Amino acid sequence: MIDKRVDSVAQAVDGIFNGATVMIGGFGEAGSPIELIHALIDLGAKDLIVVNNNNGSGHVGLAALIENEQVSKMICSFPRTANSTVFPDLYHRGDIELELVPQGTLAERIRAGGAGIPAFYTATAVGTPLAEAKEVRNFDGRDYVLEQGLKADFALVKCARADRYGNLVYNKTARNFGPIMAMAANTTIVQTGAQVEVGEIDAEIIVTPGIFVDRIVTVANPVHESRLVNDGRTYP
Amino acid sequence: MSAIALAASIGWDREQMASRAALDIPDGAYVNLGIGIPEKVAQYVPEGREVIYHTENGLLGMSATLEAGQEDPELINAGKKQVSAIPGAAYFHHADSFAMIRGGHIDICVLGAMQVSQTGDLANWSTGSVDAIPAVGGAMDLVAGVKTIYIITQHCTRTGEPKLVGSCSFPLTGKAVVSRIFTDLAVIDVTPQGFKLVELAPGVELDYVRQRTGCELIADDWQ
Repeated sequence: MIDKRVDSVAQAVDGIFNGATVMIGGFGEAGSPIELIHALIDLGAKDLIVVNNNNGSGHVGLAALIENEQVSKMICSFPRTANSTVFPDLYHRGDIELELVPQGTLAERIRAGGAGIPAFYTATAVGTPLAEAKEVRNFDGRDYVLEQGLKADFALVKCARADRYGNLVYNKTARNFGPIMAMAANTTIVQTGAQVEVGEIDAEIIVTPGIFVDRIVTVANPVHESRLVNDGRTYP
Repeated sequence: MSAIALAASIGWDREQMASRAALDIPDGAYVNLGIGIPEKVAQYVPEGREVIYHTENGLLGMSATLEAGQEDPELINAGKKQVSAIPGAAYFHHADSFAMIRGGHIDICVLGAMQVSQTGDLANWSTGSVDAIPAVGGAMDLVAGVKTIYIITQHCTRTGEPKLVGSCSFPLTGKAVVSRIFTDLAVIDVTPQGFKLVELAPGVELDYVRQRTGCELIADDWQ
């Protein structure tokens, strides 16, 4: 019998090791798996390479993971948030590395990683500092830059509904990086708002097929990052 | 009247710049709007035109206004503000969203600028300062992939430096990508010959614009 459900967020993140590459879903707070991130803070794994579009907000979730000095390198497109100085402070002290990637290139690198494509060419960033030292090749009269696929040891993803096979559907713009990160990680860990029976999600509308998912934990009423930030909350 | 107050009273204000740009969004267009003044364009598209707004974080069919009852912290735009979805909207993941952009499926993108060169180079993500945290988001993908790039920007910086220049001194977002620029003073096209005046804001003289442009401005129809 296939049953990917686990009972707690602690069990869900068990085994994330020092030095692991961890993809974390979310665009801003939409789709950010805060409960899984807080479980990763409790676990304490260090020297993580984290892939996320942003760098978190306030002193909770991803910002708290960074503030707790568990992250040695961020791979992201937009490491600026109006209400967070956690990343800038560490960056200016030289205590965290940044690999800045255009957002669409980041998404395609993750998709390629999950699809077994080691590298691809894109016109994005040609002629800019972000293409420096990268191979450029001309196709049909236009220059393209070579970018490498990106894989991870773990992905932390938030969805709306899941069954025990790991079939997932998402909530609105919280989908963002979730489906492609689920494809690109050796171990994909999902927090779902609701658990449903196998067969309950119409096969025509499943966004992430269960083959890409390894562990599922139910977090019935996930906190919203903006509310925690507004309340001045910190973690741990 | 002080010089600053005088300057502020000349040409189009932010709303009027957005409104002028909206006139150039045709019926049926798929459009991506950048953060800031470009976001306002959606409010001014003339009645009778049906325009579909794309936001790169995974929504096609973004509403120009936040509908009561639709508030959801997980329904946001690229500026991370809460938005609404129109009937007929679609959600998708990030790789699909940027396939729409990179694959040439989006017709028009409206962005802000720090500098635009006479060959259409755009700089809008970094001043190159060593102290700044570099952040690029989706701007490089948008300018590389969207068919037509419109820029809405003040003609000069707050300190009076021209933003329309011979060549950009700031790090580029993309090379030869800009089609048309809407400033507080004028509408200007990027042509193979350089910047070409399309329209002056009401009450603005050609010489006034030329003095505030960092390179040649072709204005054959105004001589």
